[in-house]
Amino acid sequence: MMENSKTTAGFSSPRSDNFPAGLRVLVVDDDPTWLKILEKMLKKCSYEVTVCGLAREALNLLRERKDGFDIVISDVNMPDMDGFKLLEHVGLEMDLPVIMMSVDGETSRVMKGVQHGACDYLLKPIRMKELRNIWQHVLRKRMHEARDIGNHEMDQFDEVWMLNGTELLSGKKRKDFDNEKEISDSRCVDSSSMKKARVVWTVDLHQKFVKAVNQIGFDKAGPKKILDLMGVPWLTRENVASHLQKYRLYLTRLQKENEVKASFCGMKHPNVSSKENSPQNPVDVCADVINDKCSGVSGDKAIVQNGKANIYESKVKGVVSMPVAEPRSVVGDNFGSKTSLSDSFALINTDVKSLNVPTPYCFTGEAPQPQYKQDFKPRFPSCTQPTCSLNFVPSHEVRDRVSSKENKPSFFKSRSGVGKLSALEAIQPVSHQINFHALEQIPSTTWSMTSQNVDQNLVNGLQSSPGNLTLGSGSVVASLGEDASIQGECFPAYYGLRNIQQFDYSDPQTISGVPTCLYDTLRFDYEYPNDSLEGIVLDQGLFIV
Amino acid sequence: MERNHHLHRQLANLRQSFFDQGYLDEQFIQLEELQDDANPNFVEEVVTLFYKDSARLIHSIDQALEKHPLDFAKLDSYMHQFKGSSSSIGAKKVKIECTQFGEYCRAGNVEGCKRTFQQLKREYAVLRKKLEAYFQFVRQIGPIETASRPN
Repeated sequence: MMENSKTTAGFSSPRSDNFPAGLRVLVVDDDPTWLKILEKMLKKCSYEVTVCGLAREALNLLRERKDGFDIVISDVNMPDMDGFKLLEHVGLEMDLPVIMMSVDGETSRVMKGVQHGACDYLLKPIRMKELRNIWQHVLRKRMHEARDIGNHEMDQFDEVWMLNGTELLSGKKRKDFDNEKEISDSRCVDSSSMKKARVVWTVDLHQKFVKAVNQIGFDKAGPKKILDLMGVPWLTRENVASHLQKYRLYLTRLQKENEVKASFCGMKHPNVSSKENSPQNPVDVCADVINDKCSGVSGDKAIVQNGKANIYESKVKGVVSMPVAEPRSVVGDNFGSKTSLSDSFALINTDVKSLNVPTPYCFTGEAPQPQYKQDFKPRFPSCTQPTCSLNFVPSHEVRDRVSSKENKPSFFKSRSGVGKLSALEAIQPVSHQINFHALEQIPSTTWSMTSQNVDQNLVNGLQSSPGNLTLGSGSVVASLGEDASIQGECFPAYYGLRNIQQFDYSDPQTISGVPTCLYDTLRFDYEYPNDSLEGIVLDQGLFIV
Repeated sequence: MERNHHLHRQLANLRQSFFDQGYLDEQFIQLEELQDDANPNFVEEVVTLFYKDSARLIHSIDQALEKHPLDFAKLDSYMHQFKGSSSSIGAKKVKIECTQFGEYCRAGNVEGCKRTFQQLKREYAVLRKKLEAYFQFVRQIGPIETASRPN
């Protein structure tokens, strides 16, 4: 049956076909009348219900049948044991979501429940519609777990955000992060009431962890030793143990992935006018980002490479990049300027940190269509004349703040410049598509938000006037400069994406100017199984050594 | 047939009066909605269980009210439980008395507590009688499903 998410890498259970049906609920209430009602209600919700009239009994049951329940609903006032006490135990020992219920809606009590880790606080009389929804807590919890694991099948937002936040924030966002950090800190510190507070493994913290592991030796490293070496007072052995487990999983997976020979090429253009475009090697930038040295990485910086297309080979530790092609010349032939391309990439590239994704995107004017359709393995070699090979590696570092302010000017500028180039027509859509790719693969909200920038303009430009795509960048540019690049927050960009995609497909006009392979690339991407990509990409980002 | 129809109407009216007169709240409707083939007498079962279980609480509170001085914390705790139970069947009037009792407890008002508790027991008993009559009626003329249920 369902396995506890703690023990499964991918929490397959809640994703099973009939989830949330079959959700295993333990109800604890000393009031037999309510037990009877709740049992009936929960059964009507197609949940698997176990009722228990005593808190101690419930605790025993939970201990006996570890992984036997998905969620606990407990009354606050029980004679044999305070509901809060039970809540604490359950949180600590089983790490299950607990819903508290009481006839008393006094704020202080609700507060107490939440502080003790209750995922919800229901007031009696409890309605069926409230119970119908409780599966969300299970799902949420597992999503968070996946987040911690680096599984990335689900939302990665929080963790990514934290990673970002640590060192990469600048300006206003930094402030936001501080707030967030404060919250998380207090959570961690207040161990009496929040023993089960989820540890946010920031880059910093993770580095300490890795350092400790390396010092002890990977094979010998145990949670206790690591904890001692890390010297982080509020961290518990359990925290470390769980992280160690995830870390091992991650390394294992990474190893496998390496065997697959993941490589991709990134293409960067030098022509961007912005002075921020330092000729930094992408790898360096990435490394910086990873090492927290590079605070406030501006989009342009990270992005702009010396007009080289690079192939990055993924290594367990570190990233190696090697120039593979000179897109410049190719592009140059076809188009007067590469600026637009590079710029649009810029956005993405900025965000790109992990170079591990085996997803090359190539488009060539003359390239045969099915090029990338069949597989996602590096294909450049076969790309005789890659106009540009683009790779987008979703990374954790992706910041929403990469955003705008920095990018905006150059973005805008180059864009408009591009608009004048007739050859642009072809390129323009290309870059859009690329952006789009990146989006598609990005599992985390952060990603979406990154892409949001690009996406936004995509949507705007495309939606409102499809012609823009092919015919000119003018309006696209405008939207880019104005709203597109300024998305601070993250929104699920998929929505927009879908639209775009549809648009691309349905309107051959739009694509007419674009090399056919583009179209295919797009399609390919769409079909491309997200899962593998996500895992890889985000893993890389998560645990950079 | 005609008579049956008439009875059903009577039953419906009786039931409606519980709501109109403030004895019951929507929770009771919730219970009715839970009733199904698996538990055709679910509402009655729940109400019966409530009265059976709450009797011990009433007893406990009675005893606690005899003490000098009153242990308000304990009384409040008992009443909290009682209120929770009352809410399960939608015993609106009883619940109101519970809330009142709790307030007197926190205020340390001995007289208020005792008076309210007497009132509470009255409401508790009245509702019991009403519901018992109602369920008996239901049993006579058939399952509640056949009675018209005003929505």
